[in-house]
Amino acid sequence: MFDALVIGASAGGMKALKTVLSGLPRDFPLAVAIVQHMASHSDSYMAEYLAACCPLPVKEADDKEDFRKGAVYLAPAGYHLLIEPDRILSLSVDPPVNFSCPSIDVLFDSAAGVYGSRLIGVVLTGASADGSAGLKRIKERGGTAIVQDPAGAEVSFMPQSAITAAAPEHIAALDDIAPLLLKLCRQAL
Amino acid sequence: MTQPPDKDRLEIELLLDGIRRRYGYDFSNYSHASLMRRLDYMRDQAKVTRYTELLDRVFHDEVFFDKLLKHMSITVTEMFRDPLFYQAVREQIVPLLKTFPFVKIWHAGCATGEEIYSMAILLHEEKFLDRVRIYATDFNKYALDAAQNGVYALETMKQNAANYKAAGGKNELSDYYSAGYDLAKIHDFLKEKVTFSYHNLVTDGVFGEMNMVCCRNVLIYFDKTLQDRALNLFADSLRHGGFLCLGSKESLGFSSVAKLFEPLDAKQRIFKKTGENRKNV
Repeated sequence: MFDALVIGASAGGMKALKTVLSGLPRDFPLAVAIVQHMASHSDSYMAEYLAACCPLPVKEADDKEDFRKGAVYLAPAGYHLLIEPDRILSLSVDPPVNFSCPSIDVLFDSAAGVYGSRLIGVVLTGASADGSAGLKRIKERGGTAIVQDPAGAEVSFMPQSAITAAAPEHIAALDDIAPLLLKLCRQAL
Repeated sequence: MTQPPDKDRLEIELLLDGIRRRYGYDFSNYSHASLMRRLDYMRDQAKVTRYTELLDRVFHDEVFFDKLLKHMSITVTEMFRDPLFYQAVREQIVPLLKTFPFVKIWHAGCATGEEIYSMAILLHEEKFLDRVRIYATDFNKYALDAAQNGVYALETMKQNAANYKAAGGKNELSDYYSAGYDLAKIHDFLKEKVTFSYHNLVTDGVFGEMNMVCCRNVLIYFDKTLQDRALNLFADSLRHGGFLCLGSKESLGFSSVAKLFEPLDAKQRIFKKTGENRKNV
């Protein structure tokens, strides 16, 4: 049984996120948090872009708002996104981690501590090593790890790095990730 | 619900309680996730594996505690961070403040001072700085010293200048600092209207009769209980009709004082105090 899904993406991530999110059904049962690397001065365009293609509500995270099932929360530009033990969202302006703010490792780390085995982590396309340590931590805490197949990724470095660091249970082509998530949710019931 | 094992929680509680009772700093209502990242970092710095060992070190080693204190408020900011906020202050708030003969502004949690000088520059350009007193406070003496010095890495000024222009700056940012070696020193006339002082939002009280309170990206480090305390403090410190400015992802919604405020610019998280102060609190 899973409660939450965390996704990290960097270069090429907009398109990859669109593919994954558009494949999730309206009744998707997990709370979803996403870190997409971006310039620290970006506006909220990404949330609007993804909301238009995802059947679930998509928004930029506000500090201390509930991390609700069936909704998608994006880390705002220039803020780390973290999950608190009482399952609310929290932001920080701490220094960059892996040269990134928001950082995928920061989100994954905090989510792993809160959700343990009830968490799925996904690393998508990118040119960064961010997400590798976080995905490893998710696995150590009993969660499930999925990495986009580097062979088909727009930029293979980040998924390859995550595979090396975390030895994920699932390596999947981009188009297969949403169906895999649904399968995992169904199996776990 | 998956919780950290009880022993871990107890260790953290003991550590925070020890810090509070030994040094008077209470971090127990800080946001857990960020707090844990910082404590884990300090635990690594101390080269120990347990929080109780970290407590031992912190308790007996004041120099190490100073390091911890410094680390507890390391954040990243820029001058004119969120340029649209400063544009809103310039266009929406300053004209209203100008109806007063003299204005008091409180920057709570001023950190290393970038936002203080951004505000001072803006007020100077609006020919209003002479009628303003800015109270800059922080709980961290290192941050406060840095704010008072007003010396920043020259390399940060490129981004700061871009923000300044995007915020509607009327001159050049370089008009406001002198550069030497790889440092930029803020001109003294911008500091003359600023009073720097120690204030801890966790434990200290009201700062009276303010026309405006700025507290941006500080509340994100607090849990809802402590946010509510700080927001009550701000409400009690503001005059009727005064302005409260929060960070772009912070909200009043969870607080008991929400009903005292109306949004002036909801997107920039600028609120106007329209309700009455609570009595006998």
